[in-house]
Amino acid sequence: MIAVNVENLRKEFFRRDAHRSGLRRRRRRVPALDGVTFTIERGECVAILGQNGSGKSTLVRLLSTLLLHDGGSASVFGHDVFREPRAVQRLVNRVSVEASFFKKMSSTENLSYAARFYGMTASETRERIPAILARVGFPSQRRHEAMEHLSRGMQQKVSLARALLTSPVLLLLDEPTTGLDPRSKLEVQEFIREVWAAQDATILLCTHDLAEAEALADRVGILDRGRLLCLEPASDLKARFDAETLEEAFFAATGREFEAEDQDAERGVFA
Amino acid sequence: MRGAATTLRHELIGLAGVVERNAYLVKRYAWWELAFFVWSLANTLTIVFIAKGIHAAGGKLDVDRATTTLLIGAVIWSYLGVVFEILTETVAWERWEGTIEYTFMAPLARPIHLIGMGLFAVVYGVFRTAVLFGVIAGFFSLSLGGANFVAALVVLAVASVSFIGIGMMTAVLPLISPEKGMQMGFIAQGILLVISGIYYPVSVLPEWMQWLSTISPATYALRGIRHAILEGAGVGAVWSDIWPLIVIGFVTVPLGLMIFGAGERHAKRHGKLKRSG
Repeated sequence: MIAVNVENLRKEFFRRDAHRSGLRRRRRRVPALDGVTFTIERGECVAILGQNGSGKSTLVRLLSTLLLHDGGSASVFGHDVFREPRAVQRLVNRVSVEASFFKKMSSTENLSYAARFYGMTASETRERIPAILARVGFPSQRRHEAMEHLSRGMQQKVSLARALLTSPVLLLLDEPTTGLDPRSKLEVQEFIREVWAAQDATILLCTHDLAEAEALADRVGILDRGRLLCLEPASDLKARFDAETLEEAFFAATGREFEAEDQDAERGVFA
Repeated sequence: MRGAATTLRHELIGLAGVVERNAYLVKRYAWWELAFFVWSLANTLTIVFIAKGIHAAGGKLDVDRATTTLLIGAVIWSYLGVVFEILTETVAWERWEGTIEYTFMAPLARPIHLIGMGLFAVVYGVFRTAVLFGVIAGFFSLSLGGANFVAALVVLAVASVSFIGIGMMTAVLPLISPEKGMQMGFIAQGILLVISGIYYPVSVLPEWMQWLSTISPATYALRGIRHAILEGAGVGAVWSDIWPLIVIGFVTVPLGLMIFGAGERHAKRHGKLKRSG
């Protein structure tokens, strides 16, 4: 069964020139995603690699119904993302690079209100929130502490708990371990693996971390300047470009070092 | 039928979630709330003392009546400010905290989301306004024995529907302009302040402003509440102020939802539905 079907998906943004021409600044269309096509099977984990500004977050935000497209199509479990956003929203949740919480509220309060939006009652969350926080390894004695007092790694664990609390069938992970210390990173990756196995979830992982992509994903794609250059198992990708590592394969596919920023300044805003 | 009932149940749980979230925020920002209340108190006192000031300077006026008139204007203005502020925070606060993407990708109908914000704003606003009114009335030993508070509350409740509708329209501004949207919302509030007779009768305004005052719900709210408190008028006697409020409410709420929907589509098309920074 196809979980995600993306065909020729396009998204452009307007960008104002830095310099004025007469009284007005000229506006130009800048492509963020340019004819992206791929499918993800149910239960599969697909990683998309790309530099900052390559269009990874735009892809995640399109599938999250937070952006409207400029062309092509996208569906999640047969529901058109742009015509049936409510149906898609019930199936999807995400974890992004920023944990994003009401900082003065506690983890329990943040999770509780987020769960209401997915139709979970107070009696349901009273049981499920402590259980899910325990599952991500969050210390129970800190459940009522304000989020601003928690470390970045702790916050990201709560972010994972928030996404899993609603039992999504499609989990969108947008650089979930970026900025975490090595130990927290390993813990989060281990938990993603566990959830993937236990919940029969389909995962789209957009990442900057080559090792993470190789360790977690069934297939790895390279997104470069809004174009999806390839999407195949990491071993096939390396074989295709006659590369020893994914980093070498990335360089062979794009002509640029993976760690370098996308030098096209226009694209930076879409990171 | 069963599907519709499930959807309705989910929406109502979501609405409760919006109210619950705001209650958590008030609790967590209790000191801010207190500081804001003290500021409102000082501001309102400054305005209400004007009546005594004019009397002390030799002006001829019924001090108690003028004081009560100003007091009603100041507390209703404060109430309006709370309702608008909470509704504008639908987007602005979420953007500041970075939660906006999670909230707007959740399966909750936007009208329910906005009505939840409005409901909390009204409940919190009425409570806060009642406390403010009580504290300030205590400063002046006003004689309010003949006041019809029930009629005043009915007028305020009906007016609140229109205030929520206008608040929905201003809530869209931070969605369209992340940098200046919140400040642009103050323009709408400021215009209502000038044209609605908060501290003076609208008859003193230039003719074109008087015309504008006829479409402002605050005009009818203030007139009706003053009538109920100063003259002890009942609900029947203030009906001439209630029915225009009902009409304005019927227009502003759907219009507010429509404008917010258009703003959300604009934000989704231009990539503005995201956190600041």
